[in-house]
Amino acid sequence: MKRREFALHLTALLGVGALGVAHASDEAPDAMVKRISTEVLDAVKADAAIQAGDVGRITALVDSKIMPNVNFSRMTASAVGRFWRQATPEQQKRLQDEFKTLLVRTYSGALGEVKEHTLSFKPLRAKPEDTEVVVRSEVRGRGEPIQLDYRLEKTAGGWKIYDLNVLGVWLVETYRSQFAQEINTKGLDGLIASLAQRNKANGKS
Amino acid sequence: MKPWLVNGEALRRCVSAWLVLCVLALAGCATGPHANPKDPIEPFNRGVQRFNDGVDEAVLKPVATAYREVVPDLVRTGVSNFFSNLRDLWSSVNAALQLRPQEAVENFMRFSVNTFWGIGGLLDIATEMRIERTTLDFGQTLGRWGVPSGPYLVLPFMGPSTVRDAVAMGVETSGDLLSGMDHIPSRNSLYALRVVEARANLLRAGSLLDQAALDKYSFTRDAYLQRRESQIRALTGKEDEEDEE
Repeated sequence: MKRREFALHLTALLGVGALGVAHASDEAPDAMVKRISTEVLDAVKADAAIQAGDVGRITALVDSKIMPNVNFSRMTASAVGRFWRQATPEQQKRLQDEFKTLLVRTYSGALGEVKEHTLSFKPLRAKPEDTEVVVRSEVRGRGEPIQLDYRLEKTAGGWKIYDLNVLGVWLVETYRSQFAQEINTKGLDGLIASLAQRNKANGKS
Repeated sequence: MKPWLVNGEALRRCVSAWLVLCVLALAGCATGPHANPKDPIEPFNRGVQRFNDGVDEAVLKPVATAYREVVPDLVRTGVSNFFSNLRDLWSSVNAALQLRPQEAVENFMRFSVNTFWGIGGLLDIATEMRIERTTLDFGQTLGRWGVPSGPYLVLPFMGPSTVRDAVAMGVETSGDLLSGMDHIPSRNSLYALRVVEARANLLRAGSLLDQAALDKYSFTRDAYLQRRESQIRALTGKEDEEDEE
């Protein structure tokens, strides 16, 4: 009798535990984006250094809270386009690193300006079996709401962001033509050099 | 008030400007394997962009920066509210033209409330009252009714546009309440103030662009065209189509 009770308790415990684990990786994409955005916004509003524009702290925040949920290699591959397959692994790594530095340094400045902004999310329009979804949200501050959309894909480690849309402009699409232009005139190495140069110039300002 | 009815003088100016542009455009046609289909007159556009950047660096940006640094926040807010208020009335007209009664009424209410109780638009009471603003221009109205955007076009002084939006600008000027002012010196001062104020609002975006773009011209072009398309898709109710990559 006791053994059966014990087995029952153990099964129940494992069941609950499994449910808990399953729940984490089954988090709906819009719930995930909402959770992360709220965390990031709260962190920004609570941190005076970030609001003063401390790039180091903003980068640290982005690295810890946002990057784990971004499929950055897909983002880079998408922006580089068909030339990605022609790139050596070393070139691919450098492209990824430079692109990441560019994005984080450039756009995290905008994060530091968040003060009384609030986020509102639109209902997710996706079928349960979809592996790629678009999450739509709006940033409301003073003035007109700013459209902020995310493209996410379902991976083994949960949903990951692979594209971002601000005010109707998709990031990957915009950089695709930027990169294509550089590659057409200077080749892949030329693109890496241009990115590195841009990052160096930004770092000085 | 029917600003969209043909204003003879504006129409003639539009047509002649358009003819001049056509001639120049032919000279500045993009050729070669990397020509962007949305930007067939890229060399011409790049030239105008360089001109605009020159004027911006030399005159507009310094003045806008000084405006932002010298003029007190309260005054700048008042100025911004004043011009946004004028815009709201025009947005209301465009909403009506697009058969969007809710936005038409909301924008008109914003204009009424702010004009009568906000000291001629200096105070933005409508936002306190949570009346939604939807900014709509005549180019969007044309797009909503199916007029294709046409090639990308950089206008002298005005910046990024498309052929459709540039033509729409002719109508926009007749819908501009300021153009009806009788006292010319005051009117011109207000024009100048509006330009400076608009530029001051874009100072942050301008420095972001400098950092984010490898090529400012193509970045501006692609961002502008995407944004425009996205706005018009929203107006024609085709938002869902965009999700397919």
